[in-house]
Amino acid sequence: MNPPILEMKNISKEFPGVKALSNVSFTVATGEIHCLVGENGAGKSTLMKVLSGVYPHGTYTGNILLNGEVQDFRNINDSEKAGISIIYQELALIPEMTVYENIFLGHEIKSGFRVNWNETIKEAGGMLQKVKLDINPAAKVKDLGIGKQQLVEIAKALSKDVKLLILDEPTSSLNEQDSQNLLQLLRDLKDHGVTCIMISHKLKEVIAIADSVTVLRDGQTISTLHAQNGKIDESTLIKHMVGREINNIYPPKKHIPSQDVVLEVKNWNARSSALGRDILKDINFTLKKGEIVGLAGLIGSGRTELALSIFGNPGEYQIRGELYINGNGVNLNHPQDAIRAGIAYVSEDRKGNGLILIQDVKQNISLANLRELAERGVVNSNAEIKVANRYKTELNIKTPTVEQKVSNLSGGNQQKVCLGKWLFVKPNILILDEPTRGIDVGAKFEIYTIMTDLVQQGMSIIMISSELPEILGMSDRIYIVASGKIAGELPAHEASQEKIMQLATN
Amino acid sequence: MTFFSSVRKILQQNIREYGMYIALFVIMIIFTITTNGTFISSRNIVNLVNQTGYIAVLAIGMTLVIIIRHIDLSVGFLAGFLGAIAAIAMADPKVVQAGMSLPIYIVIPMTLGLGILAGLITAFLVAQMKIPSFVASLAGWLIYRGAILVVTESTGTIIINDDAFNAIGNGFIPDIPDIGILPGIHKLTLILGIVAIVAMILGELNDRKKKLEYNFEVLPTEIFILKIVFTSSIIGGITWVLAGYQGLSWTAVIVLVVTLIYNFIMAQTVLGRHIYAIGGNPDAAELSGISVKKLIYVVFGSMGMLSALSGILFASRLQSATTTAGNLFELDAIAAAYVGGVSAAGGVGKVVGSIIGALVMTSLTSGMNLMGIGISYQYLVRGAVLAAAVIFDVATRNTGK
Repeated sequence: MNPPILEMKNISKEFPGVKALSNVSFTVATGEIHCLVGENGAGKSTLMKVLSGVYPHGTYTGNILLNGEVQDFRNINDSEKAGISIIYQELALIPEMTVYENIFLGHEIKSGFRVNWNETIKEAGGMLQKVKLDINPAAKVKDLGIGKQQLVEIAKALSKDVKLLILDEPTSSLNEQDSQNLLQLLRDLKDHGVTCIMISHKLKEVIAIADSVTVLRDGQTISTLHAQNGKIDESTLIKHMVGREINNIYPPKKHIPSQDVVLEVKNWNARSSALGRDILKDINFTLKKGEIVGLAGLIGSGRTELALSIFGNPGEYQIRGELYINGNGVNLNHPQDAIRAGIAYVSEDRKGNGLILIQDVKQNISLANLRELAERGVVNSNAEIKVANRYKTELNIKTPTVEQKVSNLSGGNQQKVCLGKWLFVKPNILILDEPTRGIDVGAKFEIYTIMTDLVQQGMSIIMISSELPEILGMSDRIYIVASGKIAGELPAHEASQEKIMQLATN
Repeated sequence: MTFFSSVRKILQQNIREYGMYIALFVIMIIFTITTNGTFISSRNIVNLVNQTGYIAVLAIGMTLVIIIRHIDLSVGFLAGFLGAIAAIAMADPKVVQAGMSLPIYIVIPMTLGLGILAGLITAFLVAQMKIPSFVASLAGWLIYRGAILVVTESTGTIIINDDAFNAIGNGFIPDIPDIGILPGIHKLTLILGIVAIVAMILGELNDRKKKLEYNFEVLPTEIFILKIVFTSSIIGGITWVLAGYQGLSWTAVIVLVVTLIYNFIMAQTVLGRHIYAIGGNPDAAELSGISVKKLIYVVFGSMGMLSALSGILFASRLQSATTTAGNLFELDAIAAAYVGGVSAAGGVGKVVGSIIGALVMTSLTSGMNLMGIGISYQYLVRGAVLAAAVIFDVATRNTGK
């Protein structure tokens, strides 16, 4: 094995009341792809923030050695100068700026006091070639898909002459195809001498790409596995991550869907005047009582738009088509109407439009159904706390009290707060959009269990997911959405990843 | 020991909230010392409250506007314009000559109604036409400024002779008939103060009882008693100072009532919670079935109504409508809201905080006037206090978790 490019020795980091890292050691060999895995809250992001200087030298104990030399980064600039570049889950590009402006943002190419735009555009073109992205450098970032934006981020890192590239959940919002491209790119970069640390929840990807994997749990290093010592397998990783063996990733199916159709969508078309094009074309589908229907498809295929167009159409699309709930034609013009009609929608974007981060757990849970807790418009705050505590117990939300701000909770627990909020409106139809995105294995299993319990009680669920195993593991029936159309329907027992991908990419 | 440590803990946890009260207290003490007690005299305090009134009601409305992540710059001149309209309807010489002048009980509701209408127009631009509120209300600022000049063009300043109207900004509540005890003390004010203290204590006890019924955590008994004693003595102190002069002014009554209503709405009702939700995350609120558009109308409509009220208070205080009425009110109101802890990022802020903020700003003016400090230095000091208040707010927000 190559000599280490990075050694982090006995790193400990405390926040008031919490020991986030205790004596973590982490060694990365030059030129390898090293994956960092662990449940949410295990300390992965904290460790990377220590490395990149977000937490400056002196706020943690232990040593960071880069190529054998002790480093004391005071801020991100210092770590970038040393050749470390970090790409966060939430991309840090400026949508209204062009690709070339973004790539050289913060280290502009200058001649004298002026920015040399010609040189910038030329250099940016070179960087884009390196990441195999064939676009005009003068395109605006907001016009690119999320997969391409990710590549622009990497081009930006390369333009800073990166030696050690850190990616935090790079594929969490990418579809299958873009994910594969990205992983291939990382392998290419490795051949060109870039060392890479990748944080990921997707263990299949980790196994496919990693030369080494380090597992963190509760702020401690549990193990480091090397691919050269034999194949790294998923169950070992999961065992190390959670400290127990999970035999079943999906809970057993106990429910049998009835034949009663609770929701039917007929000849459903939607046009977005903002985008100036049709986003949904001639959609027909049904949902039965006690059924989990999976909506598979690539990102941008129109799954979320379909869900939102049913859920009171907050995007204000122009809609043609018919919607039936329990056989009755309905017209839902605002999420409020949809909620009254018994539909709930748990957003794919928890932080963006799911939760109110500055408010506490109880306020988030009660928000969509405050009237039930109110008498003549006055909220009974004691009853509210009681309701919140009920969901805290039922959904096993890990928070000291329901008066904790949701921004302080981990991703999995935030997702449970979202679920609690929507269960409190007592829906018959629950739409879950990417219900397990960015949450850890243990919490995923809990969410799946909640889902199976709910359908058993007679609720019907539409699950949108980009993770095919999840679609296959949880759905009774699967619709595949492609380019705003239903490209196919498969009963769960006939479906396979290959069949779905084939329909989705048609 | 446990008593003091729990007092300290509660203070630390709520430092942001108590910060403004402490600031107001410190400012008042400083001015009391530098003016040899003139500042704290009954007469000055009454003046202070009456001067704060027309900014305070604007600050309440502005609090809601800023909470939903908007701003309304038009309120100052809107207040001035509506004050002029009220004055014309009652007292414009030509109107009076024509026998068309309207009585006060029609003029006030009419002015408030016009205020709501003006607010709804701004809301229409913001909610329906999707114009940023800064721009929409800046247009309003220009328009209402022009409108004041237009309506007062022929007459200039309009003098108002209606005693009832002028009492709003200058008068005091009547006293109960003299029964021979406590001469020189305004007894109705004293009684109202006692009623307020009793109501506060009963409310707190009831709240505590309900919390205990639900088995929720409550303040330790000693702290609870301390809190009651502290709040009672503040209400009692203010009542005593006011009763020593001519009692509660009508302005104070109006501001108190508006504050109580808005505080109740924001803290206890579904409407208030929806307003906070929109400020916290408009997209999440919309998806939770809250109509963001509808609440923009409600919040700007209320802002317009309070602008009208501010215009009435100001016109009444000056007993006239002038061509410059309302100048810079909007910025004083915005400053009061920020000093009172409203967050520019939206979703955070309390009505009572903004009232305290308004009191802080007027206390500075009043105190410095008494000390004979020139207007130029007054602006410097007030600017520094505004910056300091927001710095304190931001600093405690980041560490307060």
